[in-house]
Amino acid sequence: MGNIRFGLLALVAAAVTFAAARAIGNPYVFFAGYVVLQYVVLATAWNILGGYTGYVNFGTAAFFAMGAYTTVVLHKTVPVLPLPAMMLAGGAISALIGLGMGYLTLRLRGTFFSIATLAMAVVAQTLITNWNFVGGSRGAYIVRPRLSPIFPGDYIQYLFVIMLLLSVLAVVVARAIQHSRLGYGFAAIRDDEPAAEASGVPTLRLKLIATALSGGLMGMAGAPLPYYVTYLDPASGFSLSYAVNTIAMPLIGGTATWLGPLIGAVLLGTLQQVATVTISSALSLLLVGLLLVGFVIAAPKGIVGWFQR
Amino acid sequence: MTGALLTVAGLGKRFGGFIALSDVDLTVGAGERLGLIGPNGSGKSTMVNCLCGTLRNDTGNVTFGGHALDGLAAHRRTRLGIARSFQLPRPFPTLTLADNVRVPILYAADVKAGRVAVDPRRRCEELLNMVGLLDKADRKPADLTQIEMRKLELARAMASEPRLLIADEVMAGLSHREVDDILALLMTLNGQGIAIVMIEHIMRAVLAFSQRLVVLVAGRKIADGDPQEVVRQPDVVAAYLGS
Repeated sequence: MGNIRFGLLALVAAAVTFAAARAIGNPYVFFAGYVVLQYVVLATAWNILGGYTGYVNFGTAAFFAMGAYTTVVLHKTVPVLPLPAMMLAGGAISALIGLGMGYLTLRLRGTFFSIATLAMAVVAQTLITNWNFVGGSRGAYIVRPRLSPIFPGDYIQYLFVIMLLLSVLAVVVARAIQHSRLGYGFAAIRDDEPAAEASGVPTLRLKLIATALSGGLMGMAGAPLPYYVTYLDPASGFSLSYAVNTIAMPLIGGTATWLGPLIGAVLLGTLQQVATVTISSALSLLLVGLLLVGFVIAAPKGIVGWFQR
Repeated sequence: MTGALLTVAGLGKRFGGFIALSDVDLTVGAGERLGLIGPNGSGKSTMVNCLCGTLRNDTGNVTFGGHALDGLAAHRRTRLGIARSFQLPRPFPTLTLADNVRVPILYAADVKAGRVAVDPRRRCEELLNMVGLLDKADRKPADLTQIEMRKLELARAMASEPRLLIADEVMAGLSHREVDDILALLMTLNGQGIAIVMIEHIMRAVLAFSQRLVVLVAGRKIADGDPQEVVRQPDVVAAYLGS
Protein backbone atom coordinates (compact mmCIF):
# COMPACT_ATOMS: atom_id res chain seq x y z
CA MET A 1 0.00 0.00 0.00
CA GLY A 2 1.32 3.42 -0.93
CA ASN A 3 2.03 6.02 1.71
CA ILE A 4 -0.74 8.35 0.53
CA ARG A 5 -3.38 5.62 0.58
CA PHE A 6 -2.20 4.51 4.00
CA GLY A 7 -2.33 8.11 5.22
CA LEU A 8 -5.91 8.52 3.99
CA LEU A 9 -6.87 5.25 5.61
CA ALA A 10 -5.28 6.37 8.87
CA LEU A 11 -7.26 9.62 8.70
CA VAL A 12 -10.47 7.64 8.23
CA ALA A 13 -9.56 5.50 11.23
CA ALA A 14 -8.89 8.69 13.20
CA ALA A 15 -12.27 10.13 12.20
CA VAL A 16 -13.99 6.92 13.29
CA THR A 17 -12.13 7.04 16.61
CA PHE A 18 -13.23 10.62 17.21
CA ALA A 19 -16.83 9.86 16.25
CA ALA A 20 -16.86 6.87 18.59
CA ALA A 21 -15.43 8.95 21.44
CA ARG A 22 -18.10 11.61 20.90
CA ALA A 23 -20.80 8.96 20.73
CA ILE A 24 -19.85 7.72 24.20
CA GLY A 25 -20.59 11.21 25.41
CA ASN A 26 -18.45 11.12 28.54
CA PRO A 27 -15.76 13.84 28.64
CA TYR A 28 -13.47 11.51 30.57
CA VAL A 29 -13.06 9.42 27.43
CA PHE A 30 -11.27 12.36 25.86
CA PHE A 31 -9.03 12.88 28.88
CA ALA A 32 -8.03 9.23 28.95
CA GLY A 33 -7.85 8.93 25.16
CA TYR A 34 -5.56 11.94 24.94
CA VAL A 35 -2.99 10.20 27.13
CA VAL A 36 -3.16 7.00 25.09
CA LEU A 37 -2.71 8.95 21.85
CA GLN A 38 0.14 10.92 23.34
CA TYR A 39 1.87 7.61 24.02
CA VAL A 40 1.19 6.46 20.47
CA VAL A 41 3.19 9.47 19.29
CA LEU A 42 5.93 9.04 21.91
CA ALA A 43 6.32 5.30 21.34
CA THR A 44 6.36 5.71 17.56
CA ALA A 45 8.88 8.54 17.80
CA TRP A 46 11.07 6.58 20.21
CA ASN A 47 11.01 3.60 17.87
CA ILE A 48 12.48 5.58 14.97
CA LEU A 49 15.70 5.93 16.95
CA GLY A 50 15.41 2.96 19.32
CA GLY A 51 13.79 0.31 17.15
CA TYR A 52 14.85 1.17 13.61
CA THR A 53 18.32 2.54 14.32
CA GLY A 54 19.10 0.59 17.51
CA TYR A 55 19.93 3.48 19.82
CA VAL A 56 18.02 3.19 23.10
CA ASN A 57 17.01 6.63 24.28
CA PHE A 58 16.22 7.09 27.97
CA GLY A 59 15.71 10.82 27.54
CA THR A 60 12.16 10.82 26.19
CA ALA A 61 10.98 12.95 29.10
CA ALA A 62 13.45 15.70 28.16
CA PHE A 63 12.27 15.99 24.56
CA PHE A 64 8.68 15.77 25.67
CA ALA A 65 9.05 18.36 28.43
CA MET A 66 11.02 20.74 26.20
CA GLY A 67 8.04 20.73 23.84
CA ALA A 68 5.74 21.42 26.77
CA TYR A 69 7.91 24.24 28.11
CA THR A 70 8.14 25.79 24.65
CA THR A 71 4.37 26.12 24.88
CA VAL A 72 4.66 27.67 28.34
CA VAL A 73 7.08 30.28 26.99
CA LEU A 74 4.93 30.98 23.93
CA HIS A 75 1.79 31.13 26.06
CA LYS A 76 3.41 33.84 28.14
CA THR A 77 4.93 35.78 25.25
CA VAL A 78 2.56 35.32 22.27
CA PRO A 79 -0.69 33.99 23.75
CA VAL A 80 -2.62 34.49 20.51
CA LEU A 81 -0.58 31.80 18.76
CA PRO A 82 -2.77 28.80 17.87
CA LEU A 83 -1.81 25.48 19.45
CA PRO A 84 -0.66 23.82 16.19
CA ALA A 85 1.86 26.64 15.72
CA MET A 86 3.10 26.13 19.27
CA MET A 87 3.44 22.43 18.53
CA LEU A 88 5.57 23.16 15.48
CA ALA A 89 7.76 25.41 17.62
CA GLY A 90 8.03 22.78 20.35
CA GLY A 91 8.83 20.16 17.76
CA ALA A 92 11.52 22.36 16.24
CA ILE A 93 13.13 23.01 19.63
CA SER A 94 13.16 19.33 20.52
CA ALA A 95 14.44 18.38 17.08
CA LEU A 96 17.32 20.82 17.57
CA ILE A 97 18.02 19.32 20.99
CA GLY A 98 17.94 15.90 19.37
CA LEU A 99 20.39 17.03 16.73
CA GLY A 100 22.73 18.51 19.33
CA MET A 101 22.48 15.51 21.59
CA GLY A 102 23.05 13.23 18.64
CA TYR A 103 26.12 15.11 17.56
CA LEU A 104 27.61 14.94 21.04
CA THR A 105 26.69 11.39 21.98
CA LEU A 106 26.31 9.28 18.86
CA ARG A 107 29.90 8.17 18.98
CA LEU A 108 28.81 6.23 22.06
CA ARG A 109 27.30 2.82 21.53
CA GLY A 110 24.82 0.73 23.46
CA THR A 111 24.43 1.37 27.17
CA PHE A 112 26.78 4.34 27.05
CA PHE A 113 24.50 6.19 24.68
CA SER A 114 21.49 5.37 26.86
CA ILE A 115 23.18 6.70 29.98
CA ALA A 116 24.15 9.88 28.12
CA THR A 117 20.51 10.48 27.14
CA LEU A 118 19.41 9.95 30.72
CA ALA A 119 22.04 12.47 31.85
CA MET A 120 20.84 14.90 29.19
CA ALA A 121 17.32 14.68 30.65
CA VAL A 122 18.66 15.50 34.12
CA VAL A 123 20.58 18.50 32.78
CA ALA A 124 17.53 19.79 30.91
CA GLN A 125 15.35 19.38 34.01
CA THR A 126 17.89 21.26 36.12
CA LEU A 127 17.93 24.12 33.64
CA ILE A 128 14.14 24.40 33.59
CA THR A 129 13.91 24.11 37.39
CA ASN A 130 16.18 27.13 37.67
CA TRP A 131 14.46 29.20 35.01
CA ASN A 132 12.11 31.55 36.80
CA PHE A 133 10.34 32.77 33.65
CA VAL A 134 8.64 29.39 33.17
CA GLY A 135 7.88 29.07 36.87
CA GLY A 136 11.04 27.33 38.04
CA SER A 137 10.35 24.58 40.52
CA ARG A 138 7.05 26.25 41.51
CA GLY A 139 5.65 25.28 38.15
CA ALA A 140 3.49 27.22 35.71
CA TYR A 141 -0.28 27.62 35.54
CA ILE A 142 -1.94 27.70 32.14
CA VAL A 143 -5.60 28.54 31.81
CA ARG A 144 -7.22 26.10 29.47
CA PRO A 145 -9.80 27.74 27.14
CA ARG A 146 -13.29 26.39 27.71
CA LEU A 147 -14.33 25.67 24.17
CA SER A 148 -12.72 24.22 21.09
CA PRO A 149 -11.73 26.97 18.66
CA ILE A 150 -12.64 25.08 15.49
CA PHE A 151 -15.70 22.94 16.17
CA PRO A 152 -18.49 22.91 18.77
CA GLY A 153 -17.33 21.04 21.85
CA ASP A 154 -15.06 21.25 24.90
CA TYR A 155 -11.41 22.25 24.56
CA ILE A 156 -10.40 18.76 25.64
CA GLN A 157 -12.06 17.44 22.49
CA TYR A 158 -9.89 19.84 20.54
CA LEU A 159 -6.78 18.56 22.33
CA PHE A 160 -7.91 15.01 21.61
CA VAL A 161 -8.31 15.76 17.90
CA ILE A 162 -4.93 17.48 17.75
CA MET A 163 -3.23 14.50 19.36
CA LEU A 164 -5.15 12.15 17.11
CA LEU A 165 -3.87 13.96 14.03
CA LEU A 166 -0.34 13.99 15.41
CA SER A 167 -0.59 10.23 15.97
CA VAL A 168 -1.63 9.80 12.35
CA LEU A 169 1.33 11.92 11.26
CA ALA A 170 3.79 10.00 13.45
CA VAL A 171 2.56 6.57 12.35
CA VAL A 172 2.50 7.54 8.66
CA VAL A 173 6.02 8.95 8.89
CA ALA A 174 7.30 5.87 10.74
CA ARG A 175 5.70 3.55 8.23
CA ALA A 176 7.03 5.52 5.28
CA ILE A 177 10.55 5.39 6.73
CA GLN A 178 10.38 1.68 7.36
CA HIS A 179 9.87 0.92 3.68
CA SER A 180 12.23 3.56 2.35
CA ARG A 181 15.91 3.89 1.57
CA LEU A 182 16.24 5.66 4.92
CA GLY A 183 14.71 2.64 6.65
CA TYR A 184 17.24 0.28 5.09
CA GLY A 185 20.02 2.60 6.21
CA PHE A 186 18.64 2.70 9.77
CA ALA A 187 18.36 -1.09 9.86
CA ALA A 188 21.91 -1.47 8.59
CA ILE A 189 23.16 0.84 11.36
CA ARG A 190 21.21 -1.11 13.97
CA ASP A 191 22.61 -4.42 12.77
CA ASP A 192 26.24 -3.55 12.22
CA GLU A 193 27.59 -0.04 12.04
CA PRO A 194 31.03 -0.69 10.48
CA ALA A 195 29.42 -2.95 7.88
CA ALA A 196 26.82 -0.26 7.17
CA GLU A 197 29.56 2.30 6.67
CA ALA A 198 31.40 -0.13 4.36
CA SER A 199 28.17 -0.47 2.38
CA GLY A 200 28.13 3.27 1.70
CA VAL A 201 25.67 4.23 4.45
CA PRO A 202 26.56 7.67 5.87
CA THR A 203 26.02 6.47 9.44
CA LEU A 204 26.56 9.74 11.31
CA ARG A 205 24.20 11.71 9.08
CA LEU A 206 21.50 9.05 9.29
CA LYS A 207 21.79 8.85 13.06
CA LEU A 208 21.39 12.62 13.27
CA ILE A 209 18.29 12.41 11.08
CA ALA A 210 16.92 9.74 13.43
CA THR A 211 17.59 11.71 16.63
CA ALA A 212 16.19 14.93 15.18
CA LEU A 213 13.07 13.26 13.81
CA SER A 214 12.48 11.24 16.95
CA GLY A 215 13.10 14.22 19.24
CA GLY A 216 10.98 16.53 17.11
CA LEU A 217 7.95 14.25 17.24
CA MET A 218 8.36 13.87 21.01
CA GLY A 219 8.49 17.64 21.36
CA MET A 220 5.31 18.00 19.32
CA ALA A 221 3.64 15.43 21.55
CA GLY A 222 4.65 17.43 24.62
CA ALA A 223 3.58 20.84 23.33
CA PRO A 224 -0.16 20.54 24.14
CA LEU A 225 0.61 19.14 27.62
CA PRO A 226 0.36 22.48 29.52
CA TYR A 227 -3.18 22.95 28.20
CA TYR A 228 -4.04 19.40 29.17
CA VAL A 229 -2.69 19.45 32.73
CA THR A 230 -3.19 23.27 33.27
CA TYR A 231 -0.38 23.11 35.83
CA LEU A 232 3.08 22.06 34.74
CA ASP A 233 6.09 21.70 37.01
CA PRO A 234 9.49 20.22 36.14
CA ALA A 235 9.01 17.12 38.30
CA SER A 236 5.88 16.06 36.41
CA GLY A 237 6.98 17.23 32.95
CA PHE A 238 10.31 15.44 33.18
CA SER A 239 8.85 12.43 34.98
CA LEU A 240 10.85 9.27 34.37
CA SER A 241 7.60 7.40 33.83
CA TYR A 242 7.38 8.99 30.35
CA ALA A 243 10.73 7.47 29.48
CA VAL A 244 9.87 4.09 31.01
CA ASN A 245 6.46 3.86 29.35
CA THR A 246 7.82 5.00 26.02
CA ILE A 247 10.46 2.28 26.04
CA ALA A 248 8.08 -0.38 27.32
CA MET A 249 5.42 0.19 24.67
CA PRO A 250 7.54 -0.54 21.56
CA LEU A 251 9.20 -3.45 23.38
CA ILE A 252 5.84 -4.98 24.14
CA GLY A 253 4.44 -4.29 20.68
CA GLY A 254 7.62 -5.09 18.76
CA THR A 255 10.37 -2.72 17.69
CA ALA A 256 11.09 -3.81 14.13
CA THR A 257 7.98 -2.33 12.51
CA TRP A 258 5.77 0.77 12.70
CA LEU A 259 2.90 -1.39 13.95
CA GLY A 260 4.64 -2.54 17.14
CA PRO A 261 4.74 0.80 18.99
CA LEU A 262 1.17 1.52 17.91
CA ILE A 263 -0.12 -1.77 19.32
CA GLY A 264 2.03 -1.45 22.44
CA ALA A 265 0.92 2.11 23.14
CA VAL A 266 -2.77 1.44 22.61
CA LEU A 267 -2.65 -1.73 24.67
CA LEU A 268 -0.48 -0.57 27.54
CA GLY A 269 -1.82 2.99 27.51
CA THR A 270 -5.41 1.81 27.72
CA LEU A 271 -4.58 -0.76 30.38
CA GLN A 272 -2.89 1.95 32.45
CA GLN A 273 -5.85 4.28 32.11
CA VAL A 274 -8.24 1.53 33.16
CA ALA A 275 -6.02 0.57 36.09
CA THR A 276 -5.71 4.19 37.17
CA VAL A 277 -9.48 4.57 37.33
CA THR A 278 -10.43 1.20 38.73
CA ILE A 279 -7.53 0.41 41.06
CA SER A 280 -4.88 3.09 41.59
CA SER A 281 -2.53 5.28 39.60
CA ALA A 282 0.51 3.79 41.30
CA LEU A 283 -0.47 0.40 39.96
CA SER A 284 -0.13 1.51 36.35
CA LEU A 285 3.66 1.66 36.63
CA LEU A 286 3.75 -1.73 38.32
CA LEU A 287 1.76 -3.05 35.38
CA VAL A 288 4.41 -1.77 32.98
CA GLY A 289 7.14 -3.52 34.95
CA LEU A 290 5.33 -6.82 35.11
CA LEU A 291 4.36 -6.76 31.44
CA LEU A 292 7.91 -5.91 30.43
CA VAL A 293 9.35 -8.82 32.40
CA GLY A 294 6.69 -11.10 30.97
CA PHE A 295 7.35 -10.05 27.41
CA VAL A 296 11.13 -10.20 27.68
CA ILE A 297 10.76 -13.82 28.80
CA ALA A 298 7.90 -15.01 26.62
CA ALA A 299 8.02 -12.83 23.50
CA PRO A 300 11.28 -10.89 23.23
CA LYS A 301 10.30 -9.63 19.79
CA GLY A 302 7.00 -8.24 21.04
CA ILE A 303 3.49 -8.89 19.88
CA VAL A 304 4.27 -8.28 16.21
CA GLY A 305 7.31 -10.57 16.41
CA TRP A 306 5.17 -13.24 18.08
CA PHE A 307 2.78 -13.29 15.14
CA GLN A 308 5.54 -13.22 12.55
CA ARG A 309 7.11 -16.44 13.79
CA MET B 1 49.05 -2.88 -15.52
CA THR B 2 47.01 -0.06 -17.02
CA GLY B 3 47.82 2.93 -14.82
CA ALA B 4 47.56 2.93 -11.04
CA LEU B 5 44.07 2.74 -9.57
CA LEU B 6 45.19 2.84 -5.96
CA THR B 7 48.38 4.52 -4.83
CA VAL B 8 49.59 4.27 -1.26
CA ALA B 9 52.60 6.35 -0.30
CA GLY B 10 54.44 6.27 3.00
CA LEU B 11 51.50 4.83 4.93
CA GLY B 12 52.06 4.68 8.69
CA LYS B 13 49.86 3.80 11.64
CA ARG B 14 50.67 3.46 15.33
CA PHE B 15 48.59 2.19 18.20
CA GLY B 16 50.19 3.88 21.21
CA GLY B 17 53.77 2.70 21.20
CA PHE B 18 53.12 -0.13 18.77
CA ILE B 19 53.96 0.59 15.17
CA ALA B 20 51.43 -1.35 13.10
CA LEU B 21 52.42 0.07 9.72
CA SER B 22 55.51 1.96 8.80
CA ASP B 23 56.22 3.71 5.52
CA VAL B 24 54.33 1.31 3.27
CA ASP B 25 54.20 2.10 -0.44
CA LEU B 26 51.83 0.21 -2.69
CA THR B 27 50.13 0.56 -6.03
CA VAL B 28 47.28 -1.43 -7.47
CA GLY B 29 46.53 -1.18 -11.17
CA ALA B 30 43.07 -1.15 -12.67
CA GLY B 31 41.82 -4.70 -13.01
CA GLU B 32 44.89 -6.14 -11.30
CA ARG B 33 44.95 -9.20 -9.05
CA LEU B 34 47.21 -8.51 -6.11
CA GLY B 35 48.02 -10.90 -3.31
CA LEU B 36 48.89 -9.47 0.10
CA ILE B 37 50.44 -11.87 2.56
CA GLY B 38 52.24 -11.67 5.85
CA PRO B 39 52.37 -13.47 9.19
CA ASN B 40 49.70 -12.77 11.81
CA GLY B 41 50.09 -9.29 13.27
CA SER B 42 52.06 -8.00 10.32
CA GLY B 43 49.60 -5.17 9.68
CA LYS B 44 47.51 -6.56 6.82
CA SER B 45 44.15 -5.85 8.40
CA THR B 46 45.34 -2.48 9.72
CA MET B 47 46.24 -1.60 6.17
CA VAL B 48 42.82 -2.65 4.91
CA ASN B 49 41.20 -0.53 7.61
CA CYS B 50 43.35 2.47 6.66
CA LEU B 51 42.50 2.05 2.97
CA CYS B 52 38.78 1.70 3.67
CA GLY B 53 38.58 4.54 6.15
CA THR B 54 37.71 2.47 9.22
CA LEU B 55 40.99 3.70 10.73
CA ARG B 56 42.81 6.95 10.07
CA ASN B 57 46.41 6.56 8.97
CA ASP B 58 48.88 8.71 10.90
CA THR B 59 51.24 9.37 8.02
CA GLY B 60 51.24 8.93 4.28
CA ASN B 61 48.71 9.40 1.51
CA VAL B 62 46.21 7.20 -0.21
CA THR B 63 44.99 8.11 -3.68
CA PHE B 64 42.25 6.20 -5.45
CA GLY B 65 41.26 6.85 -9.04
CA GLY B 66 42.65 10.38 -8.84
CA HIS B 67 40.94 11.21 -5.53
CA ALA B 68 42.95 11.84 -2.38
CA LEU B 69 41.28 9.73 0.29
CA ASP B 70 42.89 11.27 3.34
CA GLY B 71 40.29 12.05 6.00
CA LEU B 72 37.44 10.71 3.90
CA ALA B 73 34.83 8.71 5.83
CA ALA B 74 34.46 5.02 5.03
CA HIS B 75 31.11 5.39 3.29
CA ARG B 76 32.55 8.02 0.92
CA ARG B 77 35.34 5.64 -0.05
CA THR B 78 32.82 2.91 -0.72
CA ARG B 79 30.95 5.29 -2.99
CA LEU B 80 34.17 6.10 -4.82
CA GLY B 81 34.58 2.43 -5.58
CA ILE B 82 36.50 0.65 -2.84
CA ALA B 83 34.64 -2.35 -1.48
CA ARG B 84 35.76 -4.71 1.21
CA SER B 85 34.74 -7.96 2.74
CA PHE B 86 35.30 -8.33 6.46
CA GLN B 87 37.67 -10.94 7.84
CA LEU B 88 34.88 -12.24 10.06
CA PRO B 89 31.67 -11.94 8.03
CA ARG B 90 29.51 -9.08 9.27
CA PRO B 91 26.09 -9.51 7.67
CA PHE B 92 23.07 -7.47 8.76
CA PRO B 93 21.47 -10.21 10.90
CA THR B 94 17.88 -8.90 10.99
CA LEU B 95 17.68 -8.33 7.23
CA THR B 96 17.05 -10.98 4.60
CA LEU B 97 19.83 -11.84 2.19
CA ALA B 98 18.14 -9.79 -0.51
CA ASP B 99 17.94 -6.77 1.81
CA ASN B 100 21.54 -7.27 2.92
CA VAL B 101 22.60 -6.79 -0.67
CA ARG B 102 20.06 -4.04 -1.20
CA VAL B 103 21.66 -1.67 1.32
CA PRO B 104 24.82 -1.01 -0.73
CA ILE B 105 22.74 -0.87 -3.91
CA LEU B 106 20.68 1.92 -2.39
CA TYR B 107 23.53 3.72 -0.67
CA ALA B 108 26.57 3.22 -2.88
CA ALA B 109 25.69 2.03 -6.37
CA ASP B 110 22.79 4.44 -6.82
CA VAL B 111 24.52 7.61 -5.74
CA LYS B 112 27.55 7.21 -7.97
CA ALA B 113 27.64 9.88 -10.59
CA GLY B 114 27.06 8.79 -14.14
CA ARG B 115 25.75 5.39 -13.21
CA VAL B 116 22.31 4.61 -14.47
CA ALA B 117 20.23 3.56 -11.49
CA VAL B 118 19.35 -0.08 -11.95
CA ASP B 119 16.21 -1.72 -10.69
CA PRO B 120 17.36 -2.62 -7.15
CA ARG B 121 15.35 -5.83 -7.04
CA ARG B 122 16.76 -7.15 -10.28
CA ARG B 123 20.30 -6.23 -9.27
CA CYS B 124 19.78 -8.02 -5.91
CA GLU B 125 18.75 -11.15 -7.77
CA GLU B 126 21.66 -10.88 -10.17
CA LEU B 127 24.17 -10.60 -7.35
CA LEU B 128 22.69 -13.40 -5.26
CA ASN B 129 22.50 -15.56 -8.34
CA MET B 130 26.16 -14.85 -9.10
CA VAL B 131 27.19 -16.24 -5.70
CA GLY B 132 24.61 -19.04 -5.83
CA LEU B 133 22.39 -17.80 -3.01
CA LEU B 134 19.34 -16.78 -5.01
CA ASP B 135 17.16 -19.57 -3.61
CA LYS B 136 17.86 -18.26 -0.10
CA ALA B 137 17.10 -14.62 -0.90
CA ASP B 138 14.33 -14.44 1.68
CA ARG B 139 16.26 -16.15 4.45
CA LYS B 140 18.17 -14.51 7.25
CA PRO B 141 21.99 -14.71 7.49
CA ALA B 142 21.69 -16.93 10.59
CA ASP B 143 20.52 -19.77 8.30
CA LEU B 144 23.71 -19.71 6.24
CA THR B 145 26.75 -21.97 6.39
CA GLN B 146 30.24 -20.50 6.72
CA ILE B 147 30.95 -20.51 2.99
CA GLU B 148 27.54 -19.08 2.19
CA MET B 149 28.25 -16.30 4.65
CA ARG B 150 31.50 -15.51 2.80
CA LYS B 151 29.61 -15.50 -0.47
CA LEU B 152 27.02 -13.12 0.94
CA GLU B 153 29.86 -10.91 2.11
CA LEU B 154 31.24 -10.88 -1.43
CA ALA B 155 27.83 -10.25 -2.98
CA ARG B 156 27.28 -7.31 -0.64
CA ALA B 157 30.71 -5.91 -1.45
CA MET B 158 29.97 -6.25 -5.16
CA ALA B 159 26.62 -4.53 -4.77
CA SER B 160 28.38 -1.20 -4.32
CA GLU B 161 29.73 -1.57 -7.88
CA PRO B 162 33.39 -1.26 -6.85
CA ARG B 163 36.45 -0.77 -8.98
CA LEU B 164 38.60 -2.29 -6.27
CA LEU B 165 37.63 -5.18 -4.04
CA ILE B 166 39.64 -5.92 -0.93
CA ALA B 167 39.00 -9.51 0.07
CA ASP B 168 40.20 -9.88 3.64
CA GLU B 169 40.72 -13.60 4.28
CA VAL B 170 37.52 -14.66 2.57
CA MET B 171 38.74 -18.24 2.47
CA ALA B 172 39.90 -18.71 6.06
CA GLY B 173 38.48 -21.89 7.55
CA LEU B 174 37.01 -23.19 4.31
CA SER B 175 37.58 -26.66 2.88
CA HIS B 176 39.67 -27.38 -0.21
CA ARG B 177 36.63 -27.50 -2.50
CA GLU B 178 35.16 -24.38 -0.98
CA VAL B 179 38.42 -22.48 -1.49
CA ASP B 180 38.29 -23.38 -5.18
CA ASP B 181 34.70 -22.23 -5.25
CA ILE B 182 35.53 -18.78 -3.88
CA LEU B 183 38.65 -18.60 -6.04
CA ALA B 184 36.56 -19.16 -9.16
CA LEU B 185 34.14 -16.50 -7.99
CA LEU B 186 36.92 -13.96 -7.47
CA MET B 187 38.31 -14.76 -10.92
CA THR B 188 34.88 -14.11 -12.42
CA LEU B 189 34.69 -10.74 -10.67
CA ASN B 190 38.17 -9.88 -11.86
CA GLY B 191 37.06 -10.84 -15.36
CA GLN B 192 34.48 -8.06 -15.09
CA GLY B 193 37.34 -5.59 -14.73
CA ILE B 194 37.45 -5.24 -10.96
CA ALA B 195 40.85 -5.00 -9.34
CA ILE B 196 41.15 -7.37 -6.41
CA VAL B 197 43.49 -7.31 -3.44
CA MET B 198 43.46 -10.74 -1.86
CA ILE B 199 44.64 -11.03 1.71
CA GLU B 200 45.09 -14.66 2.48
CA HIS B 201 47.03 -17.25 4.40
CA ILE B 202 46.18 -20.10 2.06
CA MET B 203 49.25 -20.00 -0.16
CA ARG B 204 47.81 -22.35 -2.76
CA ALA B 205 45.00 -19.86 -3.37
CA VAL B 206 47.20 -16.78 -3.26
CA LEU B 207 49.69 -18.20 -5.74
CA ALA B 208 46.96 -19.39 -8.08
CA PHE B 209 45.23 -16.04 -7.97
CA SER B 210 47.83 -13.31 -7.79
CA GLN B 211 49.54 -11.59 -10.67
CA ARG B 212 51.73 -9.81 -8.14
CA LEU B 213 52.51 -10.55 -4.53
CA VAL B 214 53.23 -8.12 -1.70
CA VAL B 215 54.61 -9.27 1.64
CA LEU B 216 54.17 -7.36 4.88
CA VAL B 217 56.24 -8.22 7.93
CA ALA B 218 55.98 -6.28 11.19
CA GLY B 219 54.34 -3.35 9.46
CA ARG B 220 56.91 -3.05 6.67
CA LYS B 221 56.73 -4.09 3.07
CA ILE B 222 59.60 -6.50 2.45
CA ALA B 223 58.71 -7.79 -1.00
CA ASP B 224 56.66 -6.79 -4.02
CA GLY B 225 56.79 -8.59 -7.33
CA ASP B 226 56.19 -11.78 -9.26
CA PRO B 227 54.60 -14.31 -6.88
CA GLN B 228 56.88 -17.21 -7.69
CA GLU B 229 59.98 -15.08 -7.21
CA VAL B 230 58.70 -13.39 -4.07
CA VAL B 231 58.02 -16.64 -2.25
CA ARG B 232 61.62 -17.73 -2.90
CA GLN B 233 63.07 -14.51 -1.53
CA PRO B 234 65.19 -15.39 1.54
CA ASP B 235 63.70 -12.75 3.87
CA VAL B 236 60.15 -13.83 2.97
CA VAL B 237 61.00 -17.44 3.69
CA ALA B 238 62.62 -16.35 6.94
CA ALA B 239 59.53 -14.41 8.00
CA TYR B 240 57.35 -17.46 7.55
CA LEU B 241 59.61 -20.32 8.52
CA GLY B 242 62.28 -18.63 10.62
CA SER B 243 65.88 -18.31 9.46
